[in-house]
Amino acid sequence: MTVLIGQLFTGVSIGAVLLLIALGLALTFGQMGVINMAHGEFIMAGAYTTFVLQQVITAAGWSLLIALPVAFVVAGAMGVLLEILLIRRLYARPLDTLLVTWGVSLILQQLARDIFGSPNVQTRAPELLTGNIALPGGITVANNRLFILALAGGAVVALTVALRVTPLGRRIRAVVQNRDLAAVSGIATARVDRMTFFIGSGLAGIAGVALTLLGPIGPTMGTNLIIDAFLVVVVGGIGQLKGTVIVAFALGVLQASGEYLTTLSVAKVMVFVAIVAFLQWRPQGMFTLRTRSLA
Amino acid sequence: MTLFRGRRILAGAMTLVAAAALAACGSKTTDQNTSAGVTADVSGDTVKVGLLNSLSGTMAISEVTVRDSIMLAIEEINAAGGVLGKKIQPVGEDGASDWPTFAEKAEKLIREDRVAAVFGCWTSASRKAVKPVFEKNKALLFYPVQYEGLEQSPYIFYTGATTNQQIVPGLDYLKAQGAKSLYLVGSDYVFPRTANKIIKAYAEANGMKVLGEDYAPLGSTEFGTITNKVKSSGADAVFNTLNGDSNVAFFKEYKSAGLTATSMPVVSVSIAEEEVKSIGTQYLEGQLTAWNYYQTTPGAANEKFVAAYKAKYGADKPTSDPMEAAYVSVYLWKAMVEKAGAFDVEKVRQASDGITFEAPEGLVTVDGATQHIAKTARVGKVGADGLITEVWNSGAPITPDPYLKSYPWAGGLS
Repeated sequence: MTVLIGQLFTGVSIGAVLLLIALGLALTFGQMGVINMAHGEFIMAGAYTTFVLQQVITAAGWSLLIALPVAFVVAGAMGVLLEILLIRRLYARPLDTLLVTWGVSLILQQLARDIFGSPNVQTRAPELLTGNIALPGGITVANNRLFILALAGGAVVALTVALRVTPLGRRIRAVVQNRDLAAVSGIATARVDRMTFFIGSGLAGIAGVALTLLGPIGPTMGTNLIIDAFLVVVVGGIGQLKGTVIVAFALGVLQASGEYLTTLSVAKVMVFVAIVAFLQWRPQGMFTLRTRSLA
Repeated sequence: MTLFRGRRILAGAMTLVAAAALAACGSKTTDQNTSAGVTADVSGDTVKVGLLNSLSGTMAISEVTVRDSIMLAIEEINAAGGVLGKKIQPVGEDGASDWPTFAEKAEKLIREDRVAAVFGCWTSASRKAVKPVFEKNKALLFYPVQYEGLEQSPYIFYTGATTNQQIVPGLDYLKAQGAKSLYLVGSDYVFPRTANKIIKAYAEANGMKVLGEDYAPLGSTEFGTITNKVKSSGADAVFNTLNGDSNVAFFKEYKSAGLTATSMPVVSVSIAEEEVKSIGTQYLEGQLTAWNYYQTTPGAANEKFVAAYKAKYGADKPTSDPMEAAYVSVYLWKAMVEKAGAFDVEKVRQASDGITFEAPEGLVTVDGATQHIAKTARVGKVGADGLITEVWNSGAPITPDPYLKSYPWAGGLS
């Protein structure tokens, strides 16, 4: 029983990681329809930001907290730069966007290698986050996982609120639902696109900060995550957040229980089979957004 | 933007990624020209040797340090007058962490550069890729890394540990410490799977229980479930054959689950000084490793090696077991050539038996029959300073036994 609850928590926390890495993509891919293969490298940028900050601010707790907004801005700025320099020119040519951003992702990886060296770097986690909380019945809950869960929850709430109630959020939704009508109504769609890209990429940066608590920081860390992130967004249904959230946690729990009952490799196969089966049944994903756009 | 267009493009992306992956492990075959041996070119006053290591790609982090130690040995030998009066001229090639490239470059070193011997390779996959090339051309490879055993090529000298010099002594140590049960965690490829087969046979014969066995794909960084399984198994110790980045994630998870070196020690066989640095002592302090050499190994030969290495490459660079084995391999080759009085491969092989060298790790002896090296096994503990200090050693060099023929429990393995 304790193992079961422990595993459920592990599943939920895998889901939280998936959610964090997919959330930004839900915005740039889901809302804007841009396939950004360099999204993983924005995650990497967030992780390296944490590393750099820790060289300056040696107190592990403070550097982690400060890294959150800084990584958001750094990754967001990289996203905007990419949008202005390349993606904006390719909105009508999605396949070219794919290739170009893949190239950008390779360039960014090499850049990281040149700046930080190809060996992994490491950050010290604050002492508070390396421990765990013991619950009655022998269940332990790792503090860093709790932190990531809270962070993912916070990010979803913040993003939902931003999309629902702020003027910018309204404009983003308007552009997603009908770009032409939004433009005619006086919304500067280009500026809205840029802001959407800023937020989406910035969320990748926050995911990067969170991942420093779990694994290595290296030039290729982003490529390992990008496929998972796309899977979550596609299965969740393109165009809105609810599906992304549900699917991230569902896949996390499925992965954890599959892995517990069998092995890690078999669990991965199970997850993929489940996804393929699901997409056969609902090719449009879990939820679909009704739009009035004709495209 | 329609949903469907988006998905079709995504499918395109996946195909592209898959195609790239396929191309990477493509089927570049080496040329099948089967002439018997190429003799090394030793007509001038230098003798060429090949250095075959990955200087790029995922393995570069480890293999560059091996290249550096080989270069150090060559410089020292040249400064002392060379081999048989000839200076060694190194010819470096980059294996690029790609196994077919290793085979190609090996062929090039042997046939075009006509080197007298090649030093290098790290992963078992790269060694298996070049093995037929060396056998076909009757050329010599010195392989410096601990490996899974069960191999013996007449054209390879194995200067790292085979299983009975690393894994079996590691298990002996755990048994002496009173460990009754083990949990096995490893990366999913040939070395960990073979090693774990050996560990299970050992455990069965020695009254130890293996409570579980889990493999993670190379590069995997999600260890929540494996750690849960390890924890709930209540094993006395964990035997870790994970490789590369996975170790970072595993040890972070291990610590957050509240497991420590005292509550459930982990013995690792792929974590040396260099890796300790990149995982972080915060997570590794007190954990155990099994090797034949540590930077802290006492003795004049090691003090000289460490000092020379740091003087050449930087004071913050640690020395590790594979680096030491690579450094030693050059000196062993020199001793074999001098005993044979020639660079000829067959003569060198025949002269190899009984060659000894006062290595940084202590006295090593070449076993001519297996072409492995008798070496002392050591178990060490990771300290707060990131260095590993010895807590146990085998007392004397252990005779190599790659097929574990002298161990009755290993009967069914090879």
